[in-house]
Amino acid sequence: MSKKTSVPAENAATPPSVAVPSPHAKAPANAALNAEQKIELYRKMVRIRRFEERCLPVYNQGKIGGFLHLYIGQEAVAVGACSLMGKDDHVITVYRDHGHAIAVGMDTRALMAELYGKVTGCSKGKGGSMHYFAPDLNYWGGHGIVGGQIPLGTGLAYAVKYKGLKGAAMAFMGDGAVNQGAVHEAYNLAALWDLPVLFVIENNRYSMGTSQERSSAGQLGKRAEAYDMDWYQCGGHDIYEVRATLDEALQRAREQHKPAVVEIDTYRYRGHSVADPDKTYRDRKEIEDYRNTKDPIQLFQNQLLHEKVLTEALIAEIDAAARAEAERAVEFSEASPFPTADDIQKDVYWETDQPQRTSEGRIFFNSVK
Amino acid sequence: MATLTYREAIRAALSEEIERDENVVIMGEEVAQFNGAYKVTEGMLEKYGPKRIVDTPISEAGFIGMGIGASMLGIRPVMELMFWSFYSVAFDQIVNNAANVRYMSGGQIACPIVIRGPANGGTNVGATHSHTPENVLAHHPGLKVVVPSNAADAKALMKTAIRDNDPVMFLENTLLYGIAGEVPDGDITLPFGRANIAREGKDLTIVTYGRSVLHSLAAAEKLKADKGLNIEVIDLRTIRPLDVDTVLKSVAKTHRVLIVEEQRPFCSVGSHLAATIQEEAFDELDAPILRVGTIDAPAIYAPPVEKNFQLPNPERVIAGVLKVLA
Repeated sequence: MSKKTSVPAENAATPPSVAVPSPHAKAPANAALNAEQKIELYRKMVRIRRFEERCLPVYNQGKIGGFLHLYIGQEAVAVGACSLMGKDDHVITVYRDHGHAIAVGMDTRALMAELYGKVTGCSKGKGGSMHYFAPDLNYWGGHGIVGGQIPLGTGLAYAVKYKGLKGAAMAFMGDGAVNQGAVHEAYNLAALWDLPVLFVIENNRYSMGTSQERSSAGQLGKRAEAYDMDWYQCGGHDIYEVRATLDEALQRAREQHKPAVVEIDTYRYRGHSVADPDKTYRDRKEIEDYRNTKDPIQLFQNQLLHEKVLTEALIAEIDAAARAEAERAVEFSEASPFPTADDIQKDVYWETDQPQRTSEGRIFFNSVK
Repeated sequence: MATLTYREAIRAALSEEIERDENVVIMGEEVAQFNGAYKVTEGMLEKYGPKRIVDTPISEAGFIGMGIGASMLGIRPVMELMFWSFYSVAFDQIVNNAANVRYMSGGQIACPIVIRGPANGGTNVGATHSHTPENVLAHHPGLKVVVPSNAADAKALMKTAIRDNDPVMFLENTLLYGIAGEVPDGDITLPFGRANIAREGKDLTIVTYGRSVLHSLAAAEKLKADKGLNIEVIDLRTIRPLDVDTVLKSVAKTHRVLIVEEQRPFCSVGSHLAATIQEEAFDELDAPILRVGTIDAPAIYAPPVEKNFQLPNPERVIAGVLKVLA
């Protein structure tokens, strides 16, 4: 098994795809896009960023509890990947899950309300930031334990294959997850049983505050070779490159039931969570350098201006609409009620959520309320 | 009515459900080609083929997690743990994913998986292979926990488990696998949460489940013969949901309770039962509730010591009954 290069860089001597035009614009997945679809990709990335930027002051005002893991800087990965999903493709990810949720089409009002812990949230205020789900959109979370979602994603692929469907699962993880045993067990099962799953590593270089160099031996994606899986590596700053790479891997998964590991180099601008002061483990310059040269939204904006798909007026309109959408999400959340004490014991069992019990006896056990 | 061993009864349930529902898959270590480490799935690969009966690598976190993921998309995996003792390797998948995914998604996802296998001591396999985690599992809302004591219950409860839309932890017992009993013919299911009054009596209630039911019944017969006592024995059948009403009714009749369980007493199923009974039937009690359980240490290897001292047995149950009645 070997590393696959899905779309060769046009000139290997220059850094791939930093400059406009993107060397991946002519890849089949991207050549097939019409202007409207390209604008939609751009719009989604902007919507994710404006949504998350709006989360920050709300969090700092104490209106969002717990943790807030922002995806800012990585938007091209989720949007590029989820834009390739067909009706039998599925996605599952880790707790840095806002981007994927918006990318699959979830309503940002329900997402913001979930952060507020309101009953109108996508999980009725029971999941929070790390646990967004939308099974109707083939989006299976939003999982809090590093690497714990990877066997689940493998199970989604198992089910797709079992039912004879031509689909695949994309199981996302961060670079910190590759050392978890559950990930390796899933790799083995997927390769052993030819399951249509892509293990997508969003390598943002840091597992919380520990750099990749300090946590992981060797090239992350290359570990696929030990399991006789193909693997890909691509940049996560160029949405065309993300789409070109994943499109090829997805087609192999759907058609041949071949799993693969896809390592995508990306970067987060914010700390691990908002509670992370982000002062001890990386230079500000590193963040600024990435933002100045590889910002995925700026790059795609440049690309679409070059293609004459976007205009300055449209850029401004999309940005204003994204800001307004984020504002509406806040207003919606502010106006929504919290779940009640009676809601605490709902949605625990399928059975108890039905009009009639299927079992007998006591299923919840309470102390003095 | 047929006479089947506990093992055969479970196999019959698995087979009937495989034939009834195309989404039922049996998976686990050695379940297919090897015919099952304890032969529960013997002959099933030959009969149903490798799509339905699937050998997994020794990889509990991986395959249990995979089963949970597949169940979210409507597959009904019945995953065998060769020993429930190995649940600790898959614990994150069970308690964070199977138990929580419905809740965290606001009720959008169902997880119709069954995880089954033996959970017992008494076979001299030492501390790593003798865990009885029904209390640990039942502690997690979202999970259901089933502990059948005989062949008929095992078959009927397994069929219910497979059809249930919640994750069901099904705890069997290697020392029961070979014990035969009458099993009704046909598509018989039993609702979870309905205890069985295995023996009626008026002098004292033993609340128990699993193999401890056998010890309790043996003790009750001896106490009848030797001392003329009429002991009531309640077999809980399931730990969550729990048939509290049947227990309380019995307490109102006998006013004395002994709990018998293959559990170490600290934070055990019996701890919860004792708390519930005193909370809800304090005035009915004529004596403190006592428990006969496992002696509080890791499972000892030394065969006679494990059998005669560490685990519940009829002699210890008799001593417990007499102490409650003293």
